[in-house]
Amino acid sequence: MELDTGATAWMLTSASLVLLMTPGLALFYGGMVRGKSVLNMMMMSFGAIAVTGVIYVLWGWSMSYGADVGGILGNPFDQFALQGAIYDEAGEFLIDDFGVPAIVGVGFQATFAIITVALISGAIADRVKFGTWMVFVALWVTFAYFPMAHMVWGGGLLSGDGPFVIGDAAPIDFAGGTVVHINAGAAALVLALVVGKRKGFGTEPMRPHNLTLVMLGAALLWFGWFGFNGGSAFTADGFAGLAWVNTTAATAAAVLGWLVVEKLRDGSATSLGAASGIVAGLVAITPAAGSVSPLGSLAIGVIAGGLSAWAVGLKFKLGFDDSLDVVGIHLVAGLWGTVSIGLLATETGLLYGGGINQLAVQAIIAVVAIAFAAIVTYILAIILKAVMGWRVSEEVEVNGIDLAVHGESAYEGLQSGSVIKEVRA
Amino acid sequence: MKLVTGVIQPHRLDDVKSALEAAGIRGMTVSEASGYGRQKGHTEVYRGAEYTVDLVPKVRIEVLVGDADAPSVVDVVVNAAQTGKIGDGKVWTVPVDDVARVRTGEHGDAAL
Repeated sequence: MELDTGATAWMLTSASLVLLMTPGLALFYGGMVRGKSVLNMMMMSFGAIAVTGVIYVLWGWSMSYGADVGGILGNPFDQFALQGAIYDEAGEFLIDDFGVPAIVGVGFQATFAIITVALISGAIADRVKFGTWMVFVALWVTFAYFPMAHMVWGGGLLSGDGPFVIGDAAPIDFAGGTVVHINAGAAALVLALVVGKRKGFGTEPMRPHNLTLVMLGAALLWFGWFGFNGGSAFTADGFAGLAWVNTTAATAAAVLGWLVVEKLRDGSATSLGAASGIVAGLVAITPAAGSVSPLGSLAIGVIAGGLSAWAVGLKFKLGFDDSLDVVGIHLVAGLWGTVSIGLLATETGLLYGGGINQLAVQAIIAVVAIAFAAIVTYILAIILKAVMGWRVSEEVEVNGIDLAVHGESAYEGLQSGSVIKEVRA
Repeated sequence: MKLVTGVIQPHRLDDVKSALEAAGIRGMTVSEASGYGRQKGHTEVYRGAEYTVDLVPKVRIEVLVGDADAPSVVDVVVNAAQTGKIGDGKVWTVPVDDVARVRTGEHGDAAL
């Protein structure tokens, strides 16, 4: 395959856009927590970038796209440290079917692993040991993310090469409804249950300390998502353009869906609701962006916004502290987006005369993805609970995790002090 | 000497300041305060979770005046801060033993 410089330029751009999503997520989550723990919240995202970035080049790529082991994962030693993933025998860069160097694809896929594990952090805000989180990131991407990416995108069990193909309907996950959002959402639910509630959950006010950060973060997520979905066309063509427009249509509709539910239920259309609607819409269109029409995208978006606006209240009814609603937004909208393909895919969807097959396939892969993510996450979470412990002390939680864990505070209050030593040797 | 302290609605601060200047008062201390009285707080809703915010933002002003000026300064503040609605705040006066001007070391009325 000849090098396609246009496609390569777009894929490098897309990878960079998707990497920007994680700092965007740090702002989105950081603004939503209390001021005494904003740095810890943001560090959970930046920590995810650091740990996953290292692991991805060592065994992440190989476990996702290396030689298949039982349809579940790639062999981590097959392309360990990207051996054989960059050059061919002649020493030339390997070029994929779209004319893009394989190494560009490695970069693009690494950014997906990073954002996915970072998403989970919102469920356990304000209360976990930073060291335990960093170890969890390493274990979770290794045992949950890479296998799921392999199963769905690497030719494994949940791909078109797997057993879940009914008639002409093969599983569809364009950019990560199962791999990213159901995976992270199910993990978030399990982790929130294992880690437990914040002190004062449901009784003390825990209002977002800076909604301007939240809106800036949501805007960066939307911007980055053009690489996430647009880049999932793997080339610069009309397909990428369709994904771009579908992404924007669904997201805009989701904002309206969320705001209408809020206005009717709570009396106000809020900025936090708009920011949350953005994310719900982006999540829902992620698996579907390549297989539905812009009109279908509007339907997916408006339902995603309304559904998530309703779902964020479930944690209070059911009594689990998914602090920043990773379940209500990523699991719920991710499930809806994945299943919506069965209704709205223009080639195989039920509403387009494609029969029930696609809907059944989508429901099956969604359920398998939830089960896999939940079981793996539960095992990792209880091992870490026993070995390292998840929670900081109650005193640290109440006084603020930033100072106790990171030795910093985000905002300057009235204070006095003196320099003890300029640089610690 | 007296210390006149007022806790007022934040949006009345500029009018109070202008009125005091017009009355010949040359300085005051302003700080942000929060509290509640008969006004009570308000509710805020974040992703459907309703919080009551009991403490309402207020502005506290403090003015040091001579004994003779205190009643008129209180009236100036009251008139300028008043909207007639619940939550307008309060103004009170307390006696002050001594005042010193840091720059010069002057004491008493000379330091006002």
